[in-house]
Amino acid sequence: MEIKTKIHAADGAQELTITRDFELPVHLLFRAYTEASLVEQWMGTKVLKLDSEPHGSYRFETTDPKGNKHGFHGTIHAFVQDSSIIRTFEMENAPFGPQLEFLDFEPLTGDTCRLTMHVVYRTAAIRDQILKLPFAQGINMAHNRIQELLDTKSNP
Amino acid sequence: MNLRRDVFQAIADPTRRAILMLVASQAMTAGAIAANFNTARPTVSRHLHILTECELLQQEQTGREIYYHLNPAKMKEIADFIEPFRRMWDDRFSKLESIMQQYKDK
Repeated sequence: MEIKTKIHAADGAQELTITRDFELPVHLLFRAYTEASLVEQWMGTKVLKLDSEPHGSYRFETTDPKGNKHGFHGTIHAFVQDSSIIRTFEMENAPFGPQLEFLDFEPLTGDTCRLTMHVVYRTAAIRDQILKLPFAQGINMAHNRIQELLDTKSNP
Repeated sequence: MNLRRDVFQAIADPTRRAILMLVASQAMTAGAIAANFNTARPTVSRHLHILTECELLQQEQTGREIYYHLNPAKMKEIADFIEPFRRMWDDRFSKLESIMQQYKDK
């Protein structure tokens, strides 16, 4: 399968860029970011608040398989319809602090478009920690599966 | 030189991967690490020995205690940390794309 999402993260830098091309007109991609019911579907999160406007803010909440709730929030600094969003993003109850996100929505043809997400973290070390989270979760899940197997074996 | 192969063998074991994940957030003593596992303490010690031998873990003496911490340079060699992160975004964006394509057709 073709790899559509590209990540550029230079060694030792406190930023990264995520690029993705979509088979969608740009206004539909933009709408996926601004309508709460759509954000809920593709992000797999509950949208508690989403004011898509300059000086607006948002707050999302996800529930993990164990039933724990995780909050995310941020402030929208700039908002240009079908073109760009500049916002902060922060995981609640996490040691990373806020990150600054520059989202650029760009039409390629009438039916295709490109999203460029430029994310700036407080430090390079924090960026690397956040980059590692899905990797760590993968290890954690593998470990939990093994643990379940071991538990089943020891309690026949 | 087969050190590199040894590193891969080291992370092939799920308990050792779990140890690496534990120590990734903070340096820990052998006792604190062992407390996270149901396996016997000597088994955990053996895992720590292997991880230290292939330089994935480094030991640091603080007073009487020996703390284990991750050697990020070595970790970088063996695993592309970015790939799971990229995959997570790729999955999200693919979902967005299919939801919005259906939305368009409505």
